[in-house]
Amino acid sequence: MNKKKLLSGPYLLWSISFILIPLAMILFYGFTNSEGQFTFENVLAIGTAENFKALCLSLILSVISTIICLVLAYPLAMMLSNMKINQTSFIVLLFILPMWMNFLLRTIAWQTLLEKNGVINQILGFFHIPPLQLINTPAAIVLGMVYNFLPFMVLPLYNALCKIDKDVIFAARDLGATSFYTFRKIIFPLSLPGVISGITMVFVPALTTFVISDLLGGSKILLIGNVIDRQFQQGSNWHVGSGLSLVLMIFILISMILTGKYDKNGQGGLF
Amino acid sequence: MSHNLVTLTDISKSFGDQLILDKLNLSIRENEFLTLLGPSGCGKTTTLRILGGFEAPDSGQVIFDGQDITNLPPNKRNLNTVFQKYALFSHMNIEENIAFGLKISGKSSAYIKDKVKYALKLVNLDGYENRLPDSLSGGQQQRVAIARAIVNEPRLLLLDEPLGALDLKLRQDMQYELIRLKNELGITFIYVTHDQEEALTMSDTIVVMNQGYIQQMGSPEDIYNEPQNAFVADFIGESNIISGTMLEDKLVEILGAKFPCVDIGFGKNKPVDVVIRPEDVDLLAPEEGTIQGVVTHLLFKGVHYEMEVQANGFEWLVHSTDMFPVGQKVGIHVNPFDIQIMHKPESEDEEAIGINE
Repeated sequence: MNKKKLLSGPYLLWSISFILIPLAMILFYGFTNSEGQFTFENVLAIGTAENFKALCLSLILSVISTIICLVLAYPLAMMLSNMKINQTSFIVLLFILPMWMNFLLRTIAWQTLLEKNGVINQILGFFHIPPLQLINTPAAIVLGMVYNFLPFMVLPLYNALCKIDKDVIFAARDLGATSFYTFRKIIFPLSLPGVISGITMVFVPALTTFVISDLLGGSKILLIGNVIDRQFQQGSNWHVGSGLSLVLMIFILISMILTGKYDKNGQGGLF
Repeated sequence: MSHNLVTLTDISKSFGDQLILDKLNLSIRENEFLTLLGPSGCGKTTTLRILGGFEAPDSGQVIFDGQDITNLPPNKRNLNTVFQKYALFSHMNIEENIAFGLKISGKSSAYIKDKVKYALKLVNLDGYENRLPDSLSGGQQQRVAIARAIVNEPRLLLLDEPLGALDLKLRQDMQYELIRLKNELGITFIYVTHDQEEALTMSDTIVVMNQGYIQQMGSPEDIYNEPQNAFVADFIGESNIISGTMLEDKLVEILGAKFPCVDIGFGKNKPVDVVIRPEDVDLLAPEEGTIQGVVTHLLFKGVHYEMEVQANGFEWLVHSTDMFPVGQKVGIHVNPFDIQIMHKPESEDEEAIGINE
């Protein structure tokens, strides 16, 4: 054993105690009942109407949020990548700045804005427009997801777009391509690693979140994250909670394999 | 006399407060191989980018075949560019790369297939259709880039230091290949390089540029044998540049000795710069030379010996197939027609402007 390998010791210890052992515990709880006997019941609990609905809703809302993030972030990232370096860093800072603020605080702020007597409805009321049901809707959850995860889409896209050699774009134009054709055939395909990476960075946290749905969805809209949360917190049923977590992990794995397939170069993607 | 394919009129361009080109005027004839030669920052690449449409000039006009194309986007120009770092599309195979321009112009797939095959044959890359650019060597990638450009049969091909990233042997092979291509295709070439040897080898016309101004324009022989100022003489090949005085027509005084020459019209007793190429300095026995000196350095260069001779306070660079050992006393003789006389610039500005004024 040489000395350099020893340097990885602290991290090894860390990952064993806080990653591998907990994972093994989830697996253990997921496949046993309260008597400690092996069972598939906890995993199959995803099949109950309430749980399955929560999973589907989670998938739908996460996909919608990811798409909205992509649509919002791509033009911005393109603009940034075409700017001079010193202008860029300022605007990138503007985008990262909210991330420095506490995640909970930001979400609670949206609560205040969207509430029945919240800021937005007060402004509407000023113009004699009847108050709208904003909070506790799927749309509010999507808004929270997009707001919180957008920077994770912008940064990988920006990096991928910056990597494209300007001469490659000029070459396409030189060969007769219009700017739109150049985008379709050259810029977008070459930025795919960033797109994949951005999608993963937004989709995975969106799929597992329970804080956003808790704060902006009230108790009316349950996502799979909330269901798992309830099993652990209120039901104190670690077995079902673990089983459902395992199902969720499989969905994340599938999404990463799907996106990883399009990431030919192996750069940018997380998987 | 073939007609002018491209004319640049009064082209100026600055980046920030840095002036890159100042009222550049240049005409390129049909079927010419014209090289823009100069050190980095001389404006040669900017000139090429203005021609390609990637940069807009601040003022001036680009005329292509009688039509003003100054404000035309790159995709509307009947020319193609070979970029310095190839700029291949890394997500497409070689066939798709080369077919890119043809597909846009709406050619039939049979035509495209034939044409790609032909272009690959032309650059000696038959059978590479399905390879990805990253799996090719630098020289092969550059040849793909050339094939991708010429397959569209442009009237004008712009080449931006296309051989800069290749090693010496490959560069020399590619030089021959480019000359062959040009002769086979009958396309006008505008070639940008800082490599004087490359320029001398391939060009019909060389344009020597410095600090945004054209210093001299002419055939490779003209540029080499009759440099019009010290910058050109120094940049093209090696040379001895010595301050001298033009005593009268056909007689110049350098380093205290009188040398007969062939230049006339400089006036009497005018200060001038004198250029003598190292291979034009003849070393003889001391008593036979116009001036006498001592050999201080000797290097064997393969084809010739490179020597330095200290004579009358000047270090003469000499190339000769005859060897004179260090310490030997020699006489220096220069044939009259090997002495090139140039006007002395009176200020640095004038030096930059060169013959433009």
